[in-house]
Amino acid sequence: MSSQDIPEENLPATHGTAVAVADEKNPFADPGLPPHEHRIQDIDERAAKRSERTVALLFTVSMLATVAFIAAYVAIPKEKPIYVFPLGHVNALNFTLGLTLGTALFCIGAGAVHWARTLMSDEEVADDRHPIAAEPEVRAKVMADFRQGAKESALGRRKLIRNTMFGALALVPLSGVVLLRDLGPLPGTKLRSTLWAKGKLLVNMNTNEPLRPSDVAVGSLTFAKPEGLEEGEEGFQNEIAKAALMIVRLQPDDIKDKRELEWSHEGIVAYSKICTHVGCPISLYEQQTHHVLCPCHQSTFDLSDGARVIFGPAGHALPQLRIGVNDEGYLEALSDFEEPVGPAFWERG
Amino acid sequence: MKKLSARRRHPLAALVVLLLALACTGGLYAVFAPADKAKAEATAQSLTIDEGKKLYTVGCASCHGTGGQGTSDGPSLVGVGAAAVDFQVATGRMPAATSQGAQLPRKKAIYSQAEVDQLAAYIASLGAGPSIPTADQYGPEGADIGKGGDLFRNNCAQCHNFTGKGGALTGGKYAPPLNDVAPKHIYEAMQTGPQNMPSFPDTTMSEQNKRDIIAYLGAVNTGKTVNPGGTSLGGLGPVSEGLFAWIFGLGALIAVAVWVAARTAKARKS
Amino acid sequence: MSTTETTESRSRGKAPAGERVADWADGRLGIYSLAKANMRKIFPDHWSFMLGEVCLYSFIIIILTGVYLTLFFQPSMAEVEYHGSYIPLQGQMMSQAFSSTMEISFDVRGGLLVRQIHHWAALIFLAAMFVHMMRVFFTGAFRKPREINWLFGFLLFVLGMFTGFTGYSLPDDLLSGTGVRFTEGAILSMPIVGTYISFFLFGGEFPGTDFVARFYSIHILLLPGIMLGLVVAHLILVFYHKHTQFAGPGKTNKNVVGMPLLPVYMAKAGGFFFLVFGVIAAVAAIAQINPIWAIGPYRPDQVSTGAQPDWYMGFAEGLVRYFPGWEVNFWGHTLVLGVFIPLVLFGVVLGAIALYPFIESWVTGDKREHHILDRPRNAPTRTGFGVAWITVYMIGLVGGGNDLWATHFNLSINAVTWFVRIGFFVGPVVAFIVTKRICLGLQRRDKDKVLHGRESGIIKRLPHGEFIEVHEPLSQDALYTLTAHEQYKPAEIGPAVDENGVERKVKGVQKLRAKLSKSYYGEDGQIPKPSVEEYKEITSGHGQH
Repeated sequence: MSSQDIPEENLPATHGTAVAVADEKNPFADPGLPPHEHRIQDIDERAAKRSERTVALLFTVSMLATVAFIAAYVAIPKEKPIYVFPLGHVNALNFTLGLTLGTALFCIGAGAVHWARTLMSDEEVADDRHPIAAEPEVRAKVMADFRQGAKESALGRRKLIRNTMFGALALVPLSGVVLLRDLGPLPGTKLRSTLWAKGKLLVNMNTNEPLRPSDVAVGSLTFAKPEGLEEGEEGFQNEIAKAALMIVRLQPDDIKDKRELEWSHEGIVAYSKICTHVGCPISLYEQQTHHVLCPCHQSTFDLSDGARVIFGPAGHALPQLRIGVNDEGYLEALSDFEEPVGPAFWERG
Repeated sequence: MKKLSARRRHPLAALVVLLLALACTGGLYAVFAPADKAKAEATAQSLTIDEGKKLYTVGCASCHGTGGQGTSDGPSLVGVGAAAVDFQVATGRMPAATSQGAQLPRKKAIYSQAEVDQLAAYIASLGAGPSIPTADQYGPEGADIGKGGDLFRNNCAQCHNFTGKGGALTGGKYAPPLNDVAPKHIYEAMQTGPQNMPSFPDTTMSEQNKRDIIAYLGAVNTGKTVNPGGTSLGGLGPVSEGLFAWIFGLGALIAVAVWVAARTAKARKS
Repeated sequence: MSTTETTESRSRGKAPAGERVADWADGRLGIYSLAKANMRKIFPDHWSFMLGEVCLYSFIIIILTGVYLTLFFQPSMAEVEYHGSYIPLQGQMMSQAFSSTMEISFDVRGGLLVRQIHHWAALIFLAAMFVHMMRVFFTGAFRKPREINWLFGFLLFVLGMFTGFTGYSLPDDLLSGTGVRFTEGAILSMPIVGTYISFFLFGGEFPGTDFVARFYSIHILLLPGIMLGLVVAHLILVFYHKHTQFAGPGKTNKNVVGMPLLPVYMAKAGGFFFLVFGVIAAVAAIAQINPIWAIGPYRPDQVSTGAQPDWYMGFAEGLVRYFPGWEVNFWGHTLVLGVFIPLVLFGVVLGAIALYPFIESWVTGDKREHHILDRPRNAPTRTGFGVAWITVYMIGLVGGGNDLWATHFNLSINAVTWFVRIGFFVGPVVAFIVTKRICLGLQRRDKDKVLHGRESGIIKRLPHGEFIEVHEPLSQDALYTLTAHEQYKPAEIGPAVDENGVERKVKGVQKLRAKLSKSYYGEDGQIPKPSVEEYKEITSGHGQH
């Protein structure tokens, strides 16, 4: 869409054509730049001197503040606290360094601006603007030059050269793209499995001991990891990012979902701690309502009803881990999660 | 909320409590002791339970039932233990107002500590439950602050924020800030899981774990905690920081810009 | 002294040292022609024209402090046990990135200050860019010839957001790690390519051991490099176009009125850099920002409530928080609309403001240069659109902090979320209508002032007892200023048949444009300026009173 179909007269009159003096014909005419008025400093030398002293004082304060900055850096121990009202207990060194540095810088600026405002000329000047677009002659010259250049290169005539060149230029960045391949491995099915497997014990995150059913009381909240996963070991972060588990005990009568009841043990249910929305660890468990809230985006899940979503932006329920008790009476996983934990993705299905 | 704990630490508070306790026991003794010699021989414990029962009948039974069995207005108290009573009543959450919001707020305690102990003894007599912790259970001796921080981030921060400033739950409920909550009450809350808070019993969070957590809170969430960088802006994170940057940072800079660009006063021709 | 030397004095040392250096440089760089054009360049004075300077200076401050931080920071995710000065983290496992940030904060003298200046300056940089962009928008300074500079500025804002985000993620603390996890979830939601991009970005599964190092080179090299280039181009264009100005006596579309670069602006702008730096340093002394020691090191299974990004990402956070959890499963695939649509919306909302100048110039069909700024009231539709856009943005911010709104105003978090969900649709519409009406009201008041003069506050009693307030006629300066704005006529489609009686085909786009033009400049879009005739009639009428 070009503007050709908008008639010229629709555009308002251009600025700047008005005469400088208002007359009978146009009371709204541009009266022109007002006459320059003097400041006190322009006509009173004493006032100018005062300004000069103020500027010099500001620069001097800045110098003193820099000296104070260095002195503070040397003299104040780095861990010393200090009470400053109303900030509270703060680090003395940070507070002093910041304030002295701030003063040193601010006073330079304030001095320069005060100088400009009171002592440098404040007479407004008008400068002409010139159109950004070039004159028609210039445009014609450029176009002619370009055409000549294009003709001499014979780019338009020798199509074979042109096409192969474009082809080569289009292909060469591919090398750069290919080089990015080793940024990471292909996803494969890695997002589908976690460390949990049949027989893995549920280890309490707090005590690092395997859990027994009797440890888990109704209304309590416990976090667990698969046995053998230790903090500080290689791969811990990646594994815990998928395997983190949230364990609560409900009255079996309160469990509304049939599968949830089947996969639980004496009312003890184990759910993934990783939110199915974008993966925050979700564990704001309300023991009376059995709701779990995500602190990041407020997705809410009902743990008594298969952890289905009852509010917020999550798209599907939290995955449940099937648990049981081994021969020694410890809680164990009966399999890995049946579906991928954490946020949904294209291949999840 | 701060008033309460401040008053509790008032130098005269102990005296007031003592006088109250003396007046109560003295008065009650005067009423009961001459009436029945047999009761005077009863153990101090059963006396306390009796006093608790009296207080219970007057202040609690209308909701929780005459024997603590619970009614439609209040849950059963059988087996909740002395720790739960101490937490709920001493932090003022109980007795609850008749029209309550989404959850019971912390407020000024109505009963003195002595009365709370009597109530707790009575409830504990109804069924076994966690008892009130002693000072060496929640004291700082032998606590690992670093480990406490890790435990706090694992178990508590999701509701109570990194350093215990509190946060929102569903439907208007909230996890309260932990500033200036007495260590004993923090311990009891973990032990008993008041209201919607899940409990963290000793079987899954050991006594040592709890001590570590309380020591960590003592280091990062009191009036004496040092915030090295300056005011903590409520410790709420990027939201309050963003507001501060806009209002004070950019606001100050715009004020400066107005000064820089303003015309200097003209000498009036008069 | 010989005569030959005097003739060559320009190059041979008689001139003062400064001139000789300048001559030397001119002979190699041609600085004199550059200086001729720019040394006495005129800049108009207005506080809102300094917002761009706040951006420039905070950007410089960020670069200076950032270079200092790189001297101590270790962009590595190797796990170490902490044994520094901060007691409550003793013995904890953390990445080297986190522990070196702890070292900067506690063991490098002044390190905490520099870190806080860096972070505060980043927040202020983004805030200043936002306000600067709004100033340019509401005054119409984006019109020809400045559309490209508008785009440069817009790109700087967007790149600034991502530079900020990558920098915020570097310390590998629990809060920023949660933000990175969110990023991973958002990337995973992209159809077909999501998992691949995520695995390439993190070098495998989240969190892996690579992202800090990768974010580091993006944060300190790639993005700031592009931004530096854009800043230079932005400034060159500001110089080249010369600054816009508000209408006023003596100010026309063909001139620029103000003070010369040397000395006044050199002192004012140079001084302003120190003022900005000084204020930010003081803020960093007073207020703590991103206390990673209180937040703790990142663990993918830990979290805190109140998990928010820095403010400039709050709008995106809000979109994600209030969007419903739509998920579509088909043929073994999942379309995660609940995350992907907000991701797209984020781009669309930002893109809308970027493209606006081109939409407006298409509607007006105006191809002339504009150097006189509009007062926002004189462009009611544009102003309405701008306020509606800000409303959408602000509602996003409210949504991004819905948990804190809930706790601090005793509201239910679900209620806040619903309010925001409805507000996303209703808010901008209401804002648009209200703003447009206010603008029209202000236009009417201006017209009234021009025609009837200013209310003087003097009450006069007429002989027959009536009280009237004396209106003083406006000065010539004010009359000109209030009537200087341009008013378009709405574009018309034109007759349905051309002069030869042949039916003209009217395209749908043309109809759309005519419709838009009518809403911009039709009866409901603006109050006609007072005409000379109206003015004369009323003023002469006054004379007869």
